[in-house]
Amino acid sequence: MSLLEIRDLEVAFNTSDGVVRAVRGLSFDVDRGQTLAIVGESGSGKSVATQTITGLTRGAKVTGRATFDGVDLLQADRQTLQKIRGARIGMIFQDPLSSLHPYYRVGWQIVEMLRAHDKSISKSAARDRAAYLLSQVGIPHAKERIDDYPHQFSGGMRQRVMIAMAMALEPDLLIADEPTTALDVTVQAQVLTVMRRLQEEMGTAIILITHDLGVVAEMSDQIVVMYAGHAMEKAGRRELFYGYHNPYTEGLLASLPVHGNAGRLQPIAGTPPSTIDPPARCAFAPRCPYVFDRCWQEDPPLRTVYDDPAHSSACWLPTDRAGRQAARAKLAEARAVAEEPV
Amino acid sequence: MLRFLVRRTLLGVFVLWVITVLTFTLFYVAPNNVAQTLAGRQATPQVVAAISKRLGLDQPLWKQYVDFVWHALHGNLGYDYYYQLPVTHIIATALPVTLSLVLGAAVIWLLLGVTNGVLSAVYPRSLVDRGLTTFAIFFYSFPSFVLGLVLLYFLYYRLTLSGFDWFPPGSYAPLSAGVGPWLQHMILPWITLALVLAATYTRLTRGSMLAVLGEDYIRTARSKGISESRVVLRHGLRSALTPVVTQFGIDLGQLIGGVVVTETVFSLPGIGKTNIDALTRQDLPVIVGTVMLASAAVVVANILVDVGYAFLDPRVRLH
Amino acid sequence: MSVDERGADAGPLGPTEEGAGGSQPAARAAIEGRSPWTLAIQRLRKDRAAMISLGFIILIILIAIFAPVFASITGHPPNEQYHGAQALTEAGLPKGPSGEFWWGTDDLGRDVLVRTAYGARISLLVGVLATALTVAIGVVLGLAAGFFGGFIDTVLSRLVDVVLSVPFLLAVLALVSIFGASLTITVLVIGCFSWASVARIVRGQVLSLREREFVEAARSLGSSDWRIMFVDILPNVLTQVIVYTTLLIPVVIVTQATLSFLGLGLPPPTADWGGMISGARNTYTVAPWYIGFPSAALILTTLAFNLFGDGVADAFDPRADRLISE
Repeated sequence: MSLLEIRDLEVAFNTSDGVVRAVRGLSFDVDRGQTLAIVGESGSGKSVATQTITGLTRGAKVTGRATFDGVDLLQADRQTLQKIRGARIGMIFQDPLSSLHPYYRVGWQIVEMLRAHDKSISKSAARDRAAYLLSQVGIPHAKERIDDYPHQFSGGMRQRVMIAMAMALEPDLLIADEPTTALDVTVQAQVLTVMRRLQEEMGTAIILITHDLGVVAEMSDQIVVMYAGHAMEKAGRRELFYGYHNPYTEGLLASLPVHGNAGRLQPIAGTPPSTIDPPARCAFAPRCPYVFDRCWQEDPPLRTVYDDPAHSSACWLPTDRAGRQAARAKLAEARAVAEEPV
Repeated sequence: MLRFLVRRTLLGVFVLWVITVLTFTLFYVAPNNVAQTLAGRQATPQVVAAISKRLGLDQPLWKQYVDFVWHALHGNLGYDYYYQLPVTHIIATALPVTLSLVLGAAVIWLLLGVTNGVLSAVYPRSLVDRGLTTFAIFFYSFPSFVLGLVLLYFLYYRLTLSGFDWFPPGSYAPLSAGVGPWLQHMILPWITLALVLAATYTRLTRGSMLAVLGEDYIRTARSKGISESRVVLRHGLRSALTPVVTQFGIDLGQLIGGVVVTETVFSLPGIGKTNIDALTRQDLPVIVGTVMLASAAVVVANILVDVGYAFLDPRVRLH
Repeated sequence: MSVDERGADAGPLGPTEEGAGGSQPAARAAIEGRSPWTLAIQRLRKDRAAMISLGFIILIILIAIFAPVFASITGHPPNEQYHGAQALTEAGLPKGPSGEFWWGTDDLGRDVLVRTAYGARISLLVGVLATALTVAIGVVLGLAAGFFGGFIDTVLSRLVDVVLSVPFLLAVLALVSIFGASLTITVLVIGCFSWASVARIVRGQVLSLREREFVEAARSLGSSDWRIMFVDILPNVLTQVIVYTTLLIPVVIVTQATLSFLGLGLPPPTADWGGMISGARNTYTVAPWYIGFPSAALILTTLAFNLFGDGVADAFDPRADRLISE
């Protein structure tokens, strides 16, 4: 059994402008010690989904199941969730400055976490542990810096503090919500390295939420691509990068500067759709270069593609490799005709 | 820190000086007939002139001002025109009244305002929130003199008529006369002043708390698995209180010199009442004295607010 | 004088940064694309309390405009003193509501209804004029300070500090007592001591707007400073100013009534609410109608403005969305 099993998760918010259906029927599994990446543009529902399962979304209508080590998090009472949060599921967020309380010393913030879940640990022992954790994530002079305030750290160092805090109790699962987005490129790599090292040491599973496919390529085992609250494609890392099926994934990859794609970057035209009263059609249809009649009539379900049970895609294009490649060739041809100088 | 205090104190002294100059000039420029008033309608010009001379009003403005500053530096703020009482004495008598009123009311409005604001923010759009916000906006719209009169009508007049002689119609009983009478005389003024301000503080705390509860670090606190009450109080309220404390300092400063309305409605001989009486009688020394006290209170309060801010928020450096 | 912080902090509904600040990206994405003004007005129209308040404000405005109609219907000019048995008791005290005097009489035998109607004129006039003056001074100085920066900013910011450290009510009382209580003086004095908060808000907004792309663009197109200030920047500050203005009007109305109550109102026999309430203080035990009607008028008016202002603030405040989730 997987560590975390999400089934048919739906999250909706009532706003004064209508019902926002932020997550629509999302399912995925996370195995122990593995990394699952959730990729998508902002507004695709990836953060909402993970915050909902840990009980951090308020005022939402939630249906579905989220079974964590045998406990359905969506049905669990407050006490149970509280005990799981922090101790068994650690979380880090995008902006490390605003994620740490500006008025408390970083050591205090880590100690609070330790003592919240282990009442027996003495103050000084918790402090020593906090200092040890800070040194583990690569903060120099951790013993002295434990009494500094968050604003006295650089962005990368703050995110290390967040990681130290989230990993303090050796959780089974770490949810990292855009952990490197706010950081410089060089610092990003260091932070990812720290995360991966702790993952190996503690055997932690990670849900990595990002819109950065570079980070995904580096870190993930499994990938879920989300768009407008839907999972568009699910696959292993290698399968997704080299054998994607969904046109949205194709668009994301085309907009990524990877080796071998030195030619030109193609951003996906158009903007993500509103999730207020979404119509019954493929959400990506208005922006999809492959779009055809059926896409406007029915919302495609996730279907197994390429006869690989671990690979599925929500798209009406043929599910066999040959058919998919033919569609691609046809599109390339049409484009060539359109761009041909007269 | 020291440099900050010195700089701010100098600035404060400068502001006070500007205010005394302005007060002096303004009241001198205005048609001034204090001597005439004092002498009575039938007095001969000689009598008026004599009175004018006794009060020093025949001197040129700069001379009057220099004398005032010279005496002020020696702790003497002059004598009132009508009874020749030292202004310092008048202020010293009035200040305890105002302090009783303001500090007592402050306890009520802080307790009420902060509690209500937190409750409102923690359960936004709930019945509790709606009730408390309605309460707040209602009293926020209540001019304090109307509120005072309403309280007097029902809690003094109607109650007394019904045989419950609990609240006096006004006036002050000093603490030295016993805690009981003091409380009895202060309760209605306290409620009057506190309800209006509690409304402001409810709204302020609610807004500040709502903003803070939407912060990322509150989400982090929740993600740590600490209890919700700890999230709200230890993490949320700690930040949300900063603007409340700031506002509290500013309000205290403003009120010490100017609870004119509540003091007038309840005939409390505090600084505000003294000031408005002096204004209507053109009793310049008393006006200048009370205005100086009021301005000094504001200036000191503002400095304390900034210092307090630096204590509350570790990111703030005083310079 | 300052208005509640909520109004002051409300920002214009601009494009929001993705995912930042714990906001809810999906909802944001859905809301973007519609004009903030249209959205605000839509939200405002759904706000029942605000709409009822607006209705009441319009009613009060109509009463103020048509105050003479009340005088002609009842046949009682506002300042006419009646001495008959209908108007005053034998002891010379006010008489309660009757067929002749619908809202009773005051201590001089004048018609409370007609005087309350006329009082609306003073309250609204001072409320609107003094607020307009406050906002005009505050916006111009705030724009100048934020836009030009440097020396001008330093001087203006110090001036703001000084004005904010003057005890407001005392200063207004002192000046009105010196210059005499006329409509112009009251408006001027209130305006001169209230603009500082507006200036501070506008300055802060301009400082952040100044660095934005569209200002750069205007500058590179060769627009003059004045043009950039009033055409490119001002509209972006406007939502905040509007919110502040609607919440400032009731504060000014109460200030004016307070002045009258303390005996520094417009000279008698002008009918205004604060003055009527002050006059009724001696007889409130025997003539509750005399104190009650103008008090009720004053409270309901400020309440209506506050509720409406609150609705406006809510409608413009993008953080209102946060109430839904964090």
